[in-house]
Amino acid sequence: MGIFDIDNWKEIVYTLKSNKMRTFLTAFGVFWGIFMLVVMLGSGIGLQRGIFKNMGDFATNSAFMWTQSTSMAYSGFNKGRRWNFRNSDAEAIRSNVNGLERLAPRVQSSSTVVYNKHQGVFTIYGDYPDWNYIDPVDIVEGRYINDMDIAHKRKVAVIGRLVAEKLFEKEENPLNQFIRINGVYFRVVGIFESKKGGEQAQIEEQNIHLPFTTMQMVYNFGDIVFWFALTADPKISVAKVADDMMTLLKRRHKIHPDDNRAIGHFNVEKEFKKVSGLFNAIDILIWIVGIGTLLAGAIGISNIMLIVVKERTLELGIRRAIGATPENIITQIIFEAVVLTILAGWGGLSAGVGILNILYNATLHAKNSVLYQPMIDFKIALAALIILVITGVIAGLLPAYRAVKIKPIEALRSE
Amino acid sequence: MLRIENIHKSYPMGKSKLHALKGVSLTVNDGEFMSIMGSSGSGKSTLLNILGLLDSFDQGLYYLDNLVIQNLTETRAAFYRNKYFGFVFQSFNLISFKNAMENIALPLYYQGVSRKKRNAIALEYLERMGLREWANHLPSELSGGQKQRVAIARALVTQPKVILADEPTGALDSQTSLEVMELLKEVNREGITVIIVTHEHDISQMTNRIVRLRDGMIIEDIAVEKKDTICLT
Repeated sequence: MGIFDIDNWKEIVYTLKSNKMRTFLTAFGVFWGIFMLVVMLGSGIGLQRGIFKNMGDFATNSAFMWTQSTSMAYSGFNKGRRWNFRNSDAEAIRSNVNGLERLAPRVQSSSTVVYNKHQGVFTIYGDYPDWNYIDPVDIVEGRYINDMDIAHKRKVAVIGRLVAEKLFEKEENPLNQFIRINGVYFRVVGIFESKKGGEQAQIEEQNIHLPFTTMQMVYNFGDIVFWFALTADPKISVAKVADDMMTLLKRRHKIHPDDNRAIGHFNVEKEFKKVSGLFNAIDILIWIVGIGTLLAGAIGISNIMLIVVKERTLELGIRRAIGATPENIITQIIFEAVVLTILAGWGGLSAGVGILNILYNATLHAKNSVLYQPMIDFKIALAALIILVITGVIAGLLPAYRAVKIKPIEALRSE
Repeated sequence: MLRIENIHKSYPMGKSKLHALKGVSLTVNDGEFMSIMGSSGSGKSTLLNILGLLDSFDQGLYYLDNLVIQNLTETRAAFYRNKYFGFVFQSFNLISFKNAMENIALPLYYQGVSRKKRNAIALEYLERMGLREWANHLPSELSGGQKQRVAIARALVTQPKVILADEPTGALDSQTSLEVMELLKEVNREGITVIIVTHEHDISQMTNRIVRLRDGMIIEDIAVEKKDTICLT
C-alpha cells in the first residue's frame, strides 16, 4: 500500500483514460497556467536583459556633474555668472570628498580626423584611465589610455571600431599609425568596440579618446574641465558623495550654498533604481497573473474530480464495504488530482522552457532586440512545481471530502 | 457472535419518516447458516446493512463479538468491516477495471498486505473457486455465476467471521443459484457464519435457520432441519 503500489497508478491511468477528452481539457487548464507563468517570467527576464544590455557595463553607482550659470548673487558676484571647473578642483575633490571610488574629469570636442586620403568628423574626448571603469568599452586591439599618457601628455589616440573602418583600408592595421586630429598627429594605440547594443553602440564606436592632459593642451582648453564623472564606493550612495562634491565646488568657486542651478548633475544610480523598480513591479504582476491562471486550472481539476467522484460513488462504496477507510479514499483522490496536475504542469513547464530556449537561441547574438536571452531561473521552475503540487492537493481536497461524506450504504445503493 | 437488541431504524422520506426497523432483536451464533426472509420493504436489507456496519441505527444495542458497537467513526467501522465481515451483493459489485485476481486482492490491499503476497492469496482463492484460468479477465468478461464466485472469493479473502450476502442469487438463473448456494454451504462448513438475505423460498430452505421479517419486525424465527419454531416475537 502506498504511492509506489502499482495498483494506485493503474487506477489513475484508468480514471484518466475513461474520459480522454475531459481529462485533456482539464489538464490543459493547468498546462496553460504554468506555460504562461514560465513564458511570462522568462520574457520578463529577457526584457530586463535587453534593456540593461543597451546600457552596456555602465557603472550604476555613478553620477555626472557640469557647470551652469549661477542663479543667485553671492560674495560680490551677480547672478547669471558663467564659470568652469578647473584641474585644481579634481585635486581638491580627491583629497576632501569621502566615499569617492573613481573620478574622471573630461573634456570634449568634435574634429575632422585625417589619415592618408581618408577623413571624417568624429567626437573627441579627453579622458583619464578611470573613465574606462565608469562607462567601459571593449578594447579589441592595443590598449586604453594609461597613467603615463596622462603624465607625459603623450599624443596617442584610442579609436572606435567605426572610426578605424572609415579611416583605414581593410587590410591596414591602424595600430601605431599616425592620424591627424585638429592638425596634430596622434599615434593610434588602441581600437575598441562598444559593450552596448543598437544605436548606442553605433554612436560610441565613432568616438576617439585622447589622454585628458594632451587634449587640454592641444585644444588650448587651459585648465578647464568640462565635466566630472564619478563613482562612489559600493557601500556609499552616489547621491551623498555628489552632494559633498557640490558643496566643496560651490565653496571653491564662491557660489551661494543654496544655488542649486549653478551645478547640473545626473545620478545614474537613481535612474537605474527607477528601472529596477519597474521590473520588480512587472515581475510581481507576472506572478499575480500567472498564479491566477494556474488557480483557474486548479479549479478546473477540482471540478472534474468532483464529477469523477460522483461517477465513481458505487466503486468508492464497494471499496469502503471491503475495508477502505475514509483516509484511504481521501488519499486516493488527492493523489489522483496531484498526479493529473503535475503531469499537466510538467507539460506546461517543458513547453514554456522550450519556447524560452528557442527565443534564447534566436537572440543569442542579437545586437538590437527588445528581448535578450530570455530564460527562467531553476529556482523559479522549482517554485512553480511546488505550487503545482500544492494546487493539486487543494484541487483534490473538496472532491475527496465529498466522496467520504456520503455513507457507504448510500454509495452502494447509488447504482 | 452477533447480538442485537431492540434495534430501531428510520429513514427520512421528505417530511415524514420511514420506520424500517421497529425494535428488532436477534442473536446469531458462530457458525450459523441462516437466511433473512421478507418481501421488499420488510427491512431485511436494512437489518443486514446494520449487522455489517454499513449503516447506522437510531436506537438499541449491538454486540459484535461482545464489543459494544456505538457511535463508531467511519475509520473504526471500516476496520471492523475489514476484520469481521465479507460482503456478497446481488449485483456482484466487482470493480469493473480490475481483473478477477485484483478484485479478490483488494481487501488485502486495505489491510496493507504487499502486492505480491495478496495476489498470491487471491490466486489461491480463485483456484478454490475453480476460476484459476480466469484470473486476468475483467468482470465484464465473466458470466454471472463466475462473477458471484469472484465476489465470494473477495468476501472470503480476509478470512472473516461472518459472510453477509444480500440476495446473492437474485441476478442468477436457478442452476447457477444452486451452485452459488452450494459454495456458501461449503464456506459455512469451514466454520464461517453465513447470513443470506433473500425473498426466494427455495434459497432460504437450503439454510439452517430462517428469520422472517414483515414491516420492520421479526415475525418468525425457525430452524429449517428441525422444522419447529424456536421463538416468536
